[in-house]
Amino acid sequence: MDSDMGVIGDCTSGTLDPDLFLTHFDWGKVTKDLGDGKKRREYTFFAVDKEIEIAPGLFFPSWAYTSETPHDQDGNQIPGPGGSIGHVPGPTIRCREGDEIYIKFINQNNHPHTIHFHGYHSSEMDGSMKDQFVFQNETFEYEFMAEPFGLHLYHCHSVPLKRHIHKGLYGTYIIDPKEGREPARELVMVMNGFDTNFDGDNEIYAVNSVANHHMRYPIKVKKDELVRIYLVNTTEFDPINSFHLHANFFYENRTGTSMKAEYFTDTVMFCQGERSILEMRFPKTGLYMFHAHQSEFAELGWMGNFEVV
Amino acid sequence: MSDEPKKSAKAWLYGLLPIAVLGILCCAIVKLGDRKDLLPTKVPPIEELSIQRIIIKPHGFQIEVMNDGPDELTIAQVSIEEAYWRFTMEPADKTLGHLEHGVITIVNYHWVEGEAYAIGIISRNGITWDAEIPIALETPVASSKNTWFFIILGVIIGVIPVALGLLWLPVLPYLSDKYLRFLSALTVGLLIFLGLDTMKEGFEFTEELAGSYNGEILLLGVGLLVFIGLMTLKNAGKAMVLDDGGRSLALRVSCLIALGIGLHNLGEGLVVGSAFIHGDVSMGTRLVLGFTLHNITEGLAIVVPLAACTVGISRIIGLGLLAGLPTIAGTLIGGFSFSQLWAVIFFGMAAGAIFQVVWIISKGPSLRSRDGGMALPENFIGIFAGIAIMFVTGLLI
Repeated sequence: MDSDMGVIGDCTSGTLDPDLFLTHFDWGKVTKDLGDGKKRREYTFFAVDKEIEIAPGLFFPSWAYTSETPHDQDGNQIPGPGGSIGHVPGPTIRCREGDEIYIKFINQNNHPHTIHFHGYHSSEMDGSMKDQFVFQNETFEYEFMAEPFGLHLYHCHSVPLKRHIHKGLYGTYIIDPKEGREPARELVMVMNGFDTNFDGDNEIYAVNSVANHHMRYPIKVKKDELVRIYLVNTTEFDPINSFHLHANFFYENRTGTSMKAEYFTDTVMFCQGERSILEMRFPKTGLYMFHAHQSEFAELGWMGNFEVV
Repeated sequence: MSDEPKKSAKAWLYGLLPIAVLGILCCAIVKLGDRKDLLPTKVPPIEELSIQRIIIKPHGFQIEVMNDGPDELTIAQVSIEEAYWRFTMEPADKTLGHLEHGVITIVNYHWVEGEAYAIGIISRNGITWDAEIPIALETPVASSKNTWFFIILGVIIGVIPVALGLLWLPVLPYLSDKYLRFLSALTVGLLIFLGLDTMKEGFEFTEELAGSYNGEILLLGVGLLVFIGLMTLKNAGKAMVLDDGGRSLALRVSCLIALGIGLHNLGEGLVVGSAFIHGDVSMGTRLVLGFTLHNITEGLAIVVPLAACTVGISRIIGLGLLAGLPTIAGTLIGGFSFSQLWAVIFFGMAAGAIFQVVWIISKGPSLRSRDGGMALPENFIGIFAGIAIMFVTGLLI
């Protein structure tokens, strides 16, 4: 891709791993079979300081979540993005409706943090009240039942909220329906931005943090295969973000909480915290662009390509 | 007698001792300066970038930058109108040391003539700077056609008006002392305005100048230096002057006025040349009209001290050229290689020279009555009129 537009060069620091992150699902360590297909899944999460390369040669002092020992669906230990020492966005938590989720959260950063999950849970597990803030080297245990099924997110709810979220403390939380979904090429895309000079305005926009990464490394998908995108918006400062796919249409299921798509479109728009499951097939091979349909965001890094083979 | 060499050695020792200790201290500071761990708090690097010049090419931009901060600075990306864009940079590692210059080149950007652009530069640590292009127009290169344009520009705003002002010289002998005093006072008024105007222009450029250069101090320092320098020169010259009824003194004053005005006109040329180069044609045209009207009074200022003596035509022409020709140098420099640093230096020199002339005239005989008094109505009216004329013609600029 030799374009005049977009950032130049390539990220060489290895501080972020957008390719691994795209298809990385952390199913946790299964410690108990609860019957009826339900499992108890345990995670150990950390919050750490990490300088990340969000565009070639451009570094951001982030706060990042990390999962100590990511596991795949079959219970095998797998490598995490960012070499398991912090990644923005945080690891994608994946489970099934009715699973028991246990997360031991250890804060290694010198600011108080929490993990606030979207989804049903008790008030004590909300991670938003002052007495729920986790200070440096302290631990908090989150425990709740995974429901309702759908596409959710988690993020820090410590204050100042704007700063804590935009510094990188957010991730995706996927609850599969009991009956599962049709097998597909599944991709996680978190639309985010970075205010590098701290003026309340983002200098970089991207999916999964790295500006124009998929312009340099297009996402490879097979012709006619079902592609499912878990699309989440965590962009701070701007009221909305959007997703537009070229030369194709997709089915959109908002928040992923029903098995029936509501829309058939090529452009969707979210406020912060909104998310949708998008499903599509590419009938023809070739390069297909996707980007925010706010040209400003697209030209500040939020633009990539699918390569259909 | 024998104690003398001993004494002088002692004097040298005591004289040099503080310098030697200071040298050791400086070495220690430089050595420990990199030890950021010794500081009481963790400090992030200070990054400052000065945008020196933007050259607009047919399909791209060239931005000359300078690292104006104490620490090393690395450029990560460049955007145009909030869109990241392909660029190359000199030096290739995009890293600039303290006061190091660099050139960012953007090719294949199809800008629209007459529209405004902001070029964003972002450092490794995410600090941003904007290089503003108020009106996009191709930057002229030094061709013979352009060179002639700027020379003619300089002739129109500097040389011709000053020469026209000089033509008032033959009128002066017909005037009584009172009117001559009025004209001298008028000159002082003109010069006071010019001096203040020069400083104002200079201070405007200091705002754009990289902080490391201490623009305000540079401007005032250069001004003061020229002021004192010219005074010393004048005093040194006094010894050689023969008693010729004040003719040499008058010539010297004229000469100094012409020199001060010449330096001022150099600055004016810079402003006009750079206005045209930055595509601000309407501003440029207004400046030309304003300076042309403005500068006719400068010719008058030069010849007023010569009212009482006969001076050859070649001398008059020489004085005119001294005041007028620098305008051409100014338009050329402003047009082709404008730099804020030189602008500040030129304006500082001009202000110093002009105030020096005001000083000389006010100390000299031309404002005084036979009994040596200066508090005369014609002087007050003259100074007031001089400032007023400049103010009114200045409204055109």
